[in-house]
Amino acid sequence: MSFMQHDVPLTWYLLLSAVLFSLGVVGFLIKRNLITVFMSIELMLNAVNLSFVAFAYQWHAVKGQIFVFFVMMVAAAEAAVGLAIIIAVFRTRATLAVDRIDLMKL
Amino acid sequence: MNGPPHLWLIPLLPLAGFLLNGILGARLPRWLVTTIGLLAPLGALAVVLNATAVAASHPGITVCKGCTYPQGSFYLPNVETCPHAWIALPGLHVDFTFVLDQLSLVMLLVVTGVGFLIHVYSVGYMRDDPGYARYFSYLNLFLFFMTTLVLAGNVLVMFVGWEGVGLASYLLIGFWFQKPSAAAAGKKAFIVNRIGDFGFLIGIFLLLANFGTLTFSEIANKLAASPIWSSGVLTAICLCLLAGAAGKSAQLPLYVWLPDAMEGPTPVSALIHAATMVTAGVYMIARTHFLFDRAPIALGTVAIVGAATAIFAATIALAQNDIKRVLAYSTISQLGYMFLACGVAAYSAAIFHLVTHAFFKALLFLAAGSVIHAMGGEQDMRKMGGLRKKLPVTFWTMTVAVFTIAGFWPLAAFYSKDAILYAAFVHGVGGKFLWFVGLVTAMLTALYMFRLWYMTFFGELRTADAHPHESPWSMRAPLIVLALLSICGGWIGIERFSSYLAPAVGLHPAVSSFPHLELILGIVAVLVALEGFLIADKYYRRKTERPAQLAAAMPAEYKLLANKYYVDEFYDARLVKPLFWFSQFVLGWVVDFAILGGIAWLLAGIANLSGAILQRWQSGNLRSYAAWLALGAAALLLFVLLGHHFAEPPRIMVNLVRGH
Repeated sequence: MSFMQHDVPLTWYLLLSAVLFSLGVVGFLIKRNLITVFMSIELMLNAVNLSFVAFAYQWHAVKGQIFVFFVMMVAAAEAAVGLAIIIAVFRTRATLAVDRIDLMKL
Repeated sequence: MNGPPHLWLIPLLPLAGFLLNGILGARLPRWLVTTIGLLAPLGALAVVLNATAVAASHPGITVCKGCTYPQGSFYLPNVETCPHAWIALPGLHVDFTFVLDQLSLVMLLVVTGVGFLIHVYSVGYMRDDPGYARYFSYLNLFLFFMTTLVLAGNVLVMFVGWEGVGLASYLLIGFWFQKPSAAAAGKKAFIVNRIGDFGFLIGIFLLLANFGTLTFSEIANKLAASPIWSSGVLTAICLCLLAGAAGKSAQLPLYVWLPDAMEGPTPVSALIHAATMVTAGVYMIARTHFLFDRAPIALGTVAIVGAATAIFAATIALAQNDIKRVLAYSTISQLGYMFLACGVAAYSAAIFHLVTHAFFKALLFLAAGSVIHAMGGEQDMRKMGGLRKKLPVTFWTMTVAVFTIAGFWPLAAFYSKDAILYAAFVHGVGGKFLWFVGLVTAMLTALYMFRLWYMTFFGELRTADAHPHESPWSMRAPLIVLALLSICGGWIGIERFSSYLAPAVGLHPAVSSFPHLELILGIVAVLVALEGFLIADKYYRRKTERPAQLAAAMPAEYKLLANKYYVDEFYDARLVKPLFWFSQFVLGWVVDFAILGGIAWLLAGIANLSGAILQRWQSGNLRSYAAWLALGAAALLLFVLLGHHFAEPPRIMVNLVRGH
């Protein structure tokens, strides 16, 4: 029972993953709202997750799936920390525009 | 009594005293500090006396090389070696060895005996000093290193003691470090000694390179085994050793530190800068006499240096007014006598004079300390006078010492000085000249010592507000003991003394064709001393205005003497200043600031500049960071994809592409 016969080919998954990743990158680069930037990062992570899962399925390797768990775990932790930082920033600066949060330059 | 003499106890007891008083001294009550400080030298003295008694119960036996004696019996030389080698390298094996032979035994008796007396004296002298415990710990430290130096069985152990006594000397000269002059004097002593020690060190390296061993007895054996040893090498070694000895024993041209060392407490001047440490150079030459015997040029240099120093320092002493400085120049002069004796290969005479000098010069310094104590710290003899009635014990013991150093029969220095002058006289043609210099020095010695005596004890007290008082018994008792030693110390006679020392320093018979020569020379020496006494008597008792008239009549000569031949000024202008300039300008400015500093500034400048450029990336703008990040990721991707065109693809890619 071959993969190619019954299911969506691997290429499609990879294309979808690439599209999602590119959307994430573009959003990351052009959006001004910090939360949107943050969501773009999540999008990139999940695009990578998708390609991991697709490869794992294709090659019957469980390693890829384990990687996905790791990535999800890191993403969850990152979301918690990141959102906490965003709230802290918002409380002090009353803005979420990334262009205006630039105090760390020399 | 036949047990091992436990030589290691001799240095270690003072070391224990140093550690106890040095670490805990400030917290201990004064009586305990005193007890520790006195028990350490007393214990060492007891061990030495025990060893002396044991050695005396085996008269005339000396060990031959390779002979084995029954375990537990005691013979000279007695060798004690630390079971663990100190330095064990291919081609270099040094043990921590102590050797007790006749020479080190005599020296040890002097060091611990006089050392103990001076410790006792210090109890009274330093009673009110806030640094009491520190003082005694330093004094014990000195004894530790000095006994190490004396007991050393090889050159390296001796060097340890040598440097150690230099350290103790430095610490004690600068004991009152609050006084800038004392701190400077300590520094000067240390630096001048370094110059000599540099020579000593070169000598040690030369010994090692030529003999492959540093043990005295092995070097002596190797030297004896090959009579055609090149004398050039030996001369070089001996001259290097002489440099070290001249530094430590304050000989020309390195004597300048000793007069300044009088800044230390007076008992220190007595112990270190008169009786023991400064004689280490003489001891070292006697210890390495087998080298000097084979290097006649070096031996001649020793004699010339000694004679020159003797008369040079004696003339300076004539015009000094500080009581301790007179004694300091006198010490230099007497050390010159010892070097002179070494130079004519009369090592036993040198050691004999070393012993008697330790007695009478320690006595002179301690009596001078008693005077200074009585005068409330005044050292200028022009402000003293008439102390004879006020300080009877000090006066009488000082009188003994003055007559001894002047060389009157039957006091100790008569015998030792006579032995030296006799040995010089019978030492060929050059020896006659050395003898004459020694004789003139003897006259000058009598003159300046009686000058000191008259200025201090006779006439009227020349200070109105001084209330001299006799010193406590802890100070008077050592004076009396040393006075007795100064009287009797020479009665053993040079013949018996040199035959006793013969196994250690060799017998150097001074034979003369003329039978009564020694007697005649002795009478001449006493007459010369009497002449010095009469001159001093005339100038400083009967016609006290004459010295000033004489000085006024010869202003240039007087100024030359009073300013110590301007040697300090000469050294300052010709050596210290150029060296200082060299250090400050060439080393400090050019090397340190310009070259090393320049390299450091260059490196810092590169880092600074690149930082200034790279900091523009640190815009603080999140999106610019994101752009760079994406760009970087893209570049990485591009590299991974096209990488195999340029080079071997990265390992991780190979794995990825191959799958499983």
